[in-house]
Order: sequence, then structure tokens, then C-alpha cells
Amino acid sequence: MTNRILFILMLVAGLTAPLYAYPVFVMDLLCFALFACAFNLLLGYAGLLSFGHAAFFGGAAYITGYVTKEWGFSPLLGILAGTGFTLVLGGIFGFLAIRRQGIYFAMVTLALAQIIYFMALQLPFTGGENGLQGIPRGELFGFIDLNNSLAMYYFVFAIFLIGFGIIHRTIHSPFGEVLQAIRENESRALSLGYDVDHFKLLAFVISATLAGLAGATKAIIFQFAALTSAHWQTSGEVILMTLVGGLGTVFGPVLGAITVGALSHELSAFGSWVQVILGTIFVVCVMTFRRGIIGEIQRLASRKQS
Amino acid sequence: MSMQVILAQALLGLNVGVFYAMLSLGLAVIFGLLNIINFAHGAMYMLGAFIALIGYSFLEQWLGISVQIGFWASLILVPLLVGLLGVLIERLLLRRLYDLDHIYGLLLTFGITLILQGLFSNYFNVSGTPYPGQPESLSGVVNLGFMYFPTYRLFAIIFSLVVCFATWFFIEHTKLGSRLRAGVENPDLTQAFGLNVPLMITLTFAFGAGLAGLAGVLAAPIYSVSPLMGADLIIVVFAVVVIGGMGSIMGAILSGLALGLIEGLTKVIYPPAASTVIFFLMVLVLLFRPAGLFGKEK
Repeated sequence: MTNRILFILMLVAGLTAPLYAYPVFVMDLLCFALFACAFNLLLGYAGLLSFGHAAFFGGAAYITGYVTKEWGFSPLLGILAGTGFTLVLGGIFGFLAIRRQGIYFAMVTLALAQIIYFMALQLPFTGGENGLQGIPRGELFGFIDLNNSLAMYYFVFAIFLIGFGIIHRTIHSPFGEVLQAIRENESRALSLGYDVDHFKLLAFVISATLAGLAGATKAIIFQFAALTSAHWQTSGEVILMTLVGGLGTVFGPVLGAITVGALSHELSAFGSWVQVILGTIFVVCVMTFRRGIIGEIQRLASRKQS
Repeated sequence: MSMQVILAQALLGLNVGVFYAMLSLGLAVIFGLLNIINFAHGAMYMLGAFIALIGYSFLEQWLGISVQIGFWASLILVPLLVGLLGVLIERLLLRRLYDLDHIYGLLLTFGITLILQGLFSNYFNVSGTPYPGQPESLSGVVNLGFMYFPTYRLFAIIFSLVVCFATWFFIEHTKLGSRLRAGVENPDLTQAFGLNVPLMITLTFAFGAGLAGLAGVLAAPIYSVSPLMGADLIIVVFAVVVIGGMGSIMGAILSGLALGLIEGLTKVIYPPAASTVIFFLMVLVLLFRPAGLFGKEK
């Protein structure tokens, strides 16, 4: 019930956002929100901490940018290409990472992501530290000009809703139930006859692909694939967003992405202090606020009922 | 390509390798007892380098009195200071997280990394500040027979090796070390025998942090001191730790040295791959020996 109200609120806020907010800023938040939701599927529901999701977010941006700029792909096809790339990459990373557990899993994903970061820095087509610039927005279905910021906005919002829908569906499917069983007690899930590795891999691939979708979309919006998108700090940021909003809740990552995104935006004048502040929020969240915003609300609500 | 070039790169690689070894050793010691990965290990290495730099170049200006902390004094003071920070972090923050999933320890130390890195980025140039305090006695080069090698770098290699093997000896062959290993094996039982396990945990964390700080001081005269120097290094060290496995102290030291050497040689053979070769080796290890070369899976 609460989820339904929250969903309608999100829908209304999303549809009317261009009336009161700067569309490019909201589109940026939507990309991060989708990214955080994808990340949450893995950590919040399967209990796997990936410290390398920037590889998918940033990697997809570069591929989408390259195919639309150099090969003249349409924006939709470009986004699909970038997302398809992370589907494969997620398969490879996932296959390697699930061979280790717990804290090692985090270290392996971080190290693997660093390969993509160095590729983005060194490969000839990526523009090195400047990133891949001059990506065309192009036309959607051949007749909707995405240079129109309203058209672009609703296109992005539609992508967000599709991604959000896929994640919501995944969480509430039997597959999602098994993931949560693995998170709670892996050996028990195994003894019940579930092929645990298979489930973990599939969750990893879905999460990576949707993170890629978010990154690919971002490249089209800003007409730019930034090196920072592939940096480990971006992996950290998405963890923070998920943590602030509420780990393992459906809407938490969306709220977390908006909170952290708006905060970084407001504080951008302070330069490196942003990092200090984000780090402090990280510490405070881990120490005292592990449920996140939505998690705390849910706890208060259930306390009232009983 | 001459033999000399290869040998020179091998030695330079070994120079990087001793830093990998020192940091992965610290990570392994901490992981053994606390079961957490200290993401802030890189930040502590950076902090070590910065304290040495500040003590040498800036303290006089900041305090307005005539003081300068030289290299040798830093070599002793800095590990103590960074270790003290380790005590504070463990006592005030980490201690409260032991009952939770271990990923929270990683996330906490990640937050601490951001804070430290951000603080220093505010006051110091990201591209690096040189440390001018290299002692006169270690300047110049030595003739190794086949090549000339900077005296300081040779000193850094030998000094780090001594520290690493002393740590190994302490843990594997002394009475205090055996108590530590007992704490790793079974904390509850060790506590029941009257050993103060919480104190052991604090000191172990402080020791690991101090080791990272020491590596930072040693690195300061070689690389320029930058707020980002630790972050770039720590991810490679994570890969080193995955390759070596954290089951053994000697494993952590040897894999650090070997991987530094390999990275150095890659710089001669195929330079563009030098920054990623360790990550690709990690992939191979994951495929063929998932528990790591020296590791035992928990």
C-alpha cells in the first residue's frame, strides 16, 4: 500500500518536474536513481557488495558515445549497444567475482573495474582524461528531435520507468525471493537445492546491465562520456546513495540518489569539501543510520501499527 | 633491449613491490584478527607521506617557531602518529561494527578515505608536492656492478624488507605472536584464557595503520606527495591481496614483492599494460586458483 502511494508520488513528481526544475539536472538525477536501483538489486537483495559498478555505468557511456558519434547509430540503438556491452561485461565480471565471497567479492569487483577505468584512460578513441566529447543527441524514432530538452526529458523518464519496472518485477518474483534467501543464509539456500552461483550470477548481470542503461542514457543527455563516470569514486557514490535512501527498499535508492545528487549540486562551490562532507555522511550512515531514510520510515510505521 | 635495462626495471619494480608488500602485509594482519578490509589503508599511507612533508617543509611556517622534523625522526614519529589515528578509529568507530556484516567495516573505512583525501586536496596540489627531506647520506647513486642505482631507493628496498620480515618473525616465532595467532584462530577461547583480545585488536589495527604510515614516509622522497597517491595504490594492493590470499603473512609479503617485480618488467616489455597487468593476473588466479596462491578459503 505504501509502495503504491510512493509510486504515484514518484510518477507525478517525475511527470511535472520540468515545470519547476532544470530538466538537465533532473535527468542527471534520474540516471543516478536508476543506477542506484540497479546497484541496490545486488547489495540490498542478494547481499553482494560490488565496488566496481562504475565500470558498467562509465563503460556503457563510452560505447554508446562511440557508436552514435562514429558509426551514426540512432540514440535508441546507441543506448541499446551500450547496455548490451554491459550485459556481456557483467557476465564476465560476475563469473569471476562470484568465485570469491564477502569482502573478497568487493575487492575483486573493484580491481576488475579498474581495468575498464584504465582502458577508458588509455584506448585511442576515448579522449583520455578529457572524456569522449561531441556525442550527438540525434532523433528518436527518426522524427523526435532530442535536442529539444522536453523531448529528451520524457525520453529519459520513460527509460527510468522501464528500468525501475524491471527491477521491481525482479525483486517481487520467485527469483527475487530466492535472492533474499541467499542473502539471509547462503548455505541454507544451497541445501534447499538452489544453484546459488547461478542465481548470484544472474542478479549480477541484471544489475550490471541496468547500471549500463543508466550510464548509456547519461552519455546521450550530456553528449559526453566522462572519465569520472568510470572512476572508483563513482562506485562509492552509488553505494552512498543506496545507503542513505535505504538498503533493500524499493524506493530508497531513488530518494538517496536525489538527496545525494542535490547535495553535491548545492555544495559544488565548495570544491574538495564536497568529498569531506560525503565521507562524513558515509561514516554517519554506517554508524547510526544503517536503515536509510525509507528504512527508518518503514520502521516507525510498523511500530505505530503494533 | 639490453640486460641492463631489464635489470634496472626489475629493481625499480622491486622498489614498488616493497610498498605493495608492506601494505598487503598490514591488510592481512588486520584482516586476520578483525575480519575487515581497511579501505583507509591507502589514505593512511598518504597521510604518512604528508605528515613527513609537513614536518619538514611547512611546520615552521605554520607554527611560527623554528622547528623541522627530519627524515629519520619522521621514520619513527609518523608510524606512531598514524598508529594513534588507527587506535582512535578502532576504538571509537570500528569497534561498534563487529557484530554486523563485515561489509560495514569496509564502507566505514571508505568514508574515512574520502574525508582524509578531501581534507588534503583542499590544502595541497593534487598533482603532487616534492619532499625535499631526503637525507644527505642517502643521496647519489651506488654502483651495483652491472648498473648504477639511486642510493635512497636501495635503502628503501632493504629497510622495507627488514620491516616485513621482522613482522613475519614476530608473528610466527615469538610468544606474543603466538598469542596473536591464537586470537585469530579462536577469539572467545583466547579471551577465556585471560588474554585481553579487545586490546590485541586495537593494537593490531594500530600496527597495520602504522605500517602504512611508515610506507608513506619511505615513499615520500621517491614519488611526489599527493592526496591521491594512496587511493591509486590501494586498489592495486587489493588485487595483490586477492592473488596472494590473506591466509598467510609470508604469502602477503611474497606476492607483494613478486607482483611489483612483474609490474616493473611489464614496463619494459609492453608499457601500456603496466598499469593493468596485476589486475589481469588476478583474473587468471580467480580462474585457476580461486582461493589465492597462498590462501585457504574460509
